[in-house]
Amino acid sequence: MTFSKTTRRGALTGISVAALALITPFAAHAEDVVKVGLILPMTGPSASTGRQISQAVALYQAMNGTKAGGKTVEVIVKDDTGVADVTKRLAQELIVNDKVSVLAGFGLTPLALATAPISTQAKVPQVVMAAATATITEASPYIVRTSFTLPQATVPAADLATKNGWKKVITLVSDYGPGIDAEKAFGAQFTANGGTVSAALRVPLKNPDFAPFLQRVADEKPDALFVFVPSGFGALVIKQFVERGLDKSGVKLFGTGDLPDDDQLDGMGDVVIGLISTHHYSAAHPSPENKAFVDAYVKANPGQRPNFMAVGGYDGFALIYKALEKTKGDADGTKLVEAMKGLAWVSPRGPMSIDPETRDVIQNIYVRKVEKVDGHLWNVETEAFEKVKDPVKAAKMKK
Amino acid sequence: MTDITSSLPPVERAGRFLAGEARWSWLEIGFWVVAFGLAFFFRSNHLLFAEIAILALFAVSLDIILGYAGIVSLGHAAFFGLGAYTVGIMARNGWGDPLTGLAAAGMTAGILGFFTSFLVLRGSDLTRLMITLGVASLLHETANKLDWLTGGADGLQGMVVGPVLGHFSFDLYGTTAYVYALSVLFVVVLGLRVVVHSPFGHALRAIRDNPLRARAIGIPVNRRLIAAYTLAAVVAGFAGALLAQTSGFASLDVLEFHRSADVMLVLVIGGSGRLYGGILGAILFRFAQDAISTITPQYWQFWIGMGLVILVLAGRDRLETVGRRIVGRALPWLANKEAAR
Repeated sequence: MTFSKTTRRGALTGISVAALALITPFAAHAEDVVKVGLILPMTGPSASTGRQISQAVALYQAMNGTKAGGKTVEVIVKDDTGVADVTKRLAQELIVNDKVSVLAGFGLTPLALATAPISTQAKVPQVVMAAATATITEASPYIVRTSFTLPQATVPAADLATKNGWKKVITLVSDYGPGIDAEKAFGAQFTANGGTVSAALRVPLKNPDFAPFLQRVADEKPDALFVFVPSGFGALVIKQFVERGLDKSGVKLFGTGDLPDDDQLDGMGDVVIGLISTHHYSAAHPSPENKAFVDAYVKANPGQRPNFMAVGGYDGFALIYKALEKTKGDADGTKLVEAMKGLAWVSPRGPMSIDPETRDVIQNIYVRKVEKVDGHLWNVETEAFEKVKDPVKAAKMKK
Repeated sequence: MTDITSSLPPVERAGRFLAGEARWSWLEIGFWVVAFGLAFFFRSNHLLFAEIAILALFAVSLDIILGYAGIVSLGHAAFFGLGAYTVGIMARNGWGDPLTGLAAAGMTAGILGFFTSFLVLRGSDLTRLMITLGVASLLHETANKLDWLTGGADGLQGMVVGPVLGHFSFDLYGTTAYVYALSVLFVVVLGLRVVVHSPFGHALRAIRDNPLRARAIGIPVNRRLIAAYTLAAVVAGFAGALLAQTSGFASLDVLEFHRSADVMLVLVIGGSGRLYGGILGAILFRFAQDAISTITPQYWQFWIGMGLVILVLAGRDRLETVGRRIVGRALPWLANKEAAR
C-alpha cells in the first residue's frame, strides 16, 4: 500500500476534525445553559450507586429533553471515588471553573457533609440524591434531598414489627451515620410500642463479615432480626443468614429496603421469597409513571433494574427541572432553593414533595414483600404509610 | 576537569564530589520559580495544584525511608492520618491557627513514628510491610471506634480553620491553599536537602545498600533508622495536616490503605531516592488522573493501570533517556524552524 504524503495528511486532518467535532459540545450561548455538576462514586466500593444514578439522570434527560425553563440543562459527571476530600475539591472546581448552578449526586453521608460548607459559601443548591443520614439537610441551607432518610424508612419498620406480634428483636446495622440512625430510630419506636430490642449489633462498614454477629443472633433466638446495610451489601447478609440456617430456626429477617435492594434482588435466589421490608421505592410500584420509568431504564440498560438510588437521581433531576421552570430559567442559587421548597409531584416511587421547612423529602413509605412474578423476584408493595416526614427533624420541630 | 581533580588527594576529591552533588542546579531553581509563579496564573487549577503539593510532600516523606533508608512501608498513611486528625480535632475545639496546628501535627506523628520505629527495625522487608500495614490498620480502627472524638465513619464535622499567618484565609479558588502547601513543601525540601547530603544522609544510603557492611564500618544502623523513620513520620504528619486544613475536613479516609498504596505508586512513577522523584511523581499521577477521569469518569483507573504497566515494563530509565533524546532533538529542530522563518 502506498499513500502519497498529501493523502495521508489529508486523512489525518479529516480524522482530527471529526474527533474534535465529537468532543466539542454544541456551542450554545453561555447564558442559555444551566450546568449541573453531578459528583458520584463511579469507581470503588460504592460504584453501583454512581452507576444507577448517572444512568437515571441520563434517562431523565432522554425522556424529558434537555430544556427546562427555557434553558438547556448540561450535566458534568465527576468521579469522586467515594473519598470525601476529593468530593469537596471537585465541588469547588465545578463551581469555580465550570460555573455550575447546581451540585448534585453525593453517594455517601461523609461526601455530602464535606461539600455542605462549599454550597453555603458559594450559594449553590446541593441536591442530595443518595446519602440518607437524617442530619444532612441541616448542614447547609442550600441542601435539598430527593432520596430518603433512614429514620423515615425505619419507624414504619418498627410499627410493622409490633403489628406482626414480634416482641423481641435484635438490630444489626452498619457502623456509620445512617446505620446508627436506623438503630436509634428503630429502638425508640419499637420500645415505645412495647417491644424489646434485646441486642443492638454494629458491623464495620468496610469489609463486613456478618458471621460472628449472626451467630449471636442464632444463640439469642429473637422473634425477628432487623437489618440495615448500605446498598450493595444486602445479598451478602441474606446469604450468610441462610447459610447458618437462621431462616429455618424461626427468626424472621426484615429491614429497610436497602436489604432486598432491587439492583441485586433478582440474583438472590428463592430463599428471599417472603422477606418483608419498608422503603420508599420498589421497582414493582404499580403506577403508570413507574412502569414508564422502569421500562425505559431496562431498555437503556439491558439486564439491569433501577433501584432506589436510580429513582433518587431521577427525582433529583425532576426537582431541578421543576425549580428552573418555576424561576423561568433563573439559575440564581438562592432563588432555586426557594423554588424547590414545597414542590410536589408524582414520581415513579409515588407522590412526593419537598418539605418547605426542612428541605427534606416527604413521601409514602411502603411495606413490601418479596414475591416471584413472571419468574423474577420483586418487592411487591402490600400497604403504605402515607406522607411520612423525617421523624428526627419532626421531633426537633415539636420541641 | 577530571585531570585537575584526579591530581588532588582522595579526601579532597571526595569532598568536591559530594559538594557537587549538593549544589543547587538550575533545573531545581527553575522548578521552584515556576511553581511559585503559578500562584499568579491558572487560578482555576489552584485546588488541583494544592492537592499535588500535598501529595508531593507525602511522597517525599516516604522517599526518606524508602529511597534513602531502604525501609519498605505499606502503612505510611498512619502518620498522614494522625496529622490530619490532630489539626482536625484542634480546629474543631477552637484552635484553628494553621501554623501551630501544623507543628502539633508533625509532633504527634513524630512521636508515633519514634515508637513504631522499634517495631520496624525488627525483621526483613516482608515483616516490615506487614508491621507498617498493621499499625495503619490499628490506627484506622481506633479512629473508627472513637467516634465521639473523630466522628467515626462520618468524618470530623465542624472544623474551623483560621487564616494563615492571621491574614490569608482559605478561598474558594484554592490560591491560599496552594501557596501555603507549596511553601511548606519548599521549606521541608530545603531542610531535607541538607539532611540527605549530610553524613547522616550518606549513612542512610550505606545502610540501604548493605546493612551488614554499614554496621561493619561503624555506622549505628538502628539509631540511624529510628531517626530516619521519625523524620519521615513528622513530614507525613505535615502532609496530613495540610490536607485537613486546606479541605476543612478529615474522615477515616485519611487512614485508608489506598493512601499508603497511592503514595507508593507516586514514588514508583517519579523514582525513589532522589527527593524530587516524589514531587515529579505527584505531578504526573494527579494530572493524569484528573485529565483521564474528566474524559472517562468510569474507566480512568484502567488507563492509569495501563500506564503503570508500561512504565514498569519499559523501565523508567529507558523512558527518561527517550524523553531526553526527544527534547534534545526537538529543541534544535524548533530553533532551525524558527530560523528558517
